[in-house]
Amino acid sequence: MELAGAELPSRLWIGTGGLTNISTVTDVVRAAAPGLVTVSIRRTSDQGSGGLLDTLRATGVRILPNTAGCFSAREAVLTAQLAREALETDWVKLEVIGDETSLMPDVVELLEAAEILVRLGFTVLPYTTPDPVVAQRLADVGCAAVMPLGSPIGSGRGIDDPRAIEAVRAAVAVPVVLDAGIGTASDAALAMELGCDAVLAATAITRADRPVQMAAALRAAVEAGELARLAGRIPRLTTARASSPMPGRVGT
Amino acid sequence: MNINVNGKQRVVDDGTTLQGLVPSTRGVAVALNGVVVPASSWQSTRLSEDDAVEVVTAHQGG
Repeated sequence: MELAGAELPSRLWIGTGGLTNISTVTDVVRAAAPGLVTVSIRRTSDQGSGGLLDTLRATGVRILPNTAGCFSAREAVLTAQLAREALETDWVKLEVIGDETSLMPDVVELLEAAEILVRLGFTVLPYTTPDPVVAQRLADVGCAAVMPLGSPIGSGRGIDDPRAIEAVRAAVAVPVVLDAGIGTASDAALAMELGCDAVLAATAITRADRPVQMAAALRAAVEAGELARLAGRIPRLTTARASSPMPGRVGT
Repeated sequence: MNINVNGKQRVVDDGTTLQGLVPSTRGVAVALNGVVVPASSWQSTRLSEDDAVEVVTAHQGG
């Protein structure tokens, strides 16, 4: 898929958060063959995971920093600027969270941060509520895509309201990336069937019993969902419709 | 002099630069008192009493 002038090799994007064994990250990336991989930006002294960047860079995958953990536009803008400096990319997955319990986006702060970052030359990919009006506003201020949540972060519930995702899809011309809530392969396939351009999965993979296997499953599911959408599904009917011909039946 | 690095108080020599505080620029970014300082300016940026420095890098995240 194409995004902001770049060609991404896959419509499955993955996050690295939640892997208990960071040494499996290379195998997960290989199995997922993702369009990009997200990372967070944290203080260097908190823990010694400085090797993550080198490990990811060795796989050749595109790295997308996020602003996870930010509660205000001000924090998110500073985090994005730090990410640009540290990772030498002006792409940012913009997250501004309203509260720690729901982890729902604060769309007021989000919109403000998006506007500022676009003005500063960033390619802004905002994590947002599945609301067509908010999606439209984000696209209007120049976001390169919108990333509606399927269900709360880490919940694994899949897509709570498929019609809302369809409404977001219909509301904007920029790519729509289903973000948050993916639990398993069928959720990812559904997102693509609903018209999403890509799916971002993190804990669905990293907290699965076998992360590498789930990465492969989601990769196949995203491809299957995309193929099915392009194939054009049959309409849902309230009654049966025979597929075998009526004439020529035995005994008629 | 006293400065704050990633939320912790530290004592550094007068005249210490950002380069002296953060030797490696690879995959790392620095904010001084809430403003990002590009690596090209670390050498010329001298720290002052009570400065707050954030040093960040990539971690796991979704």
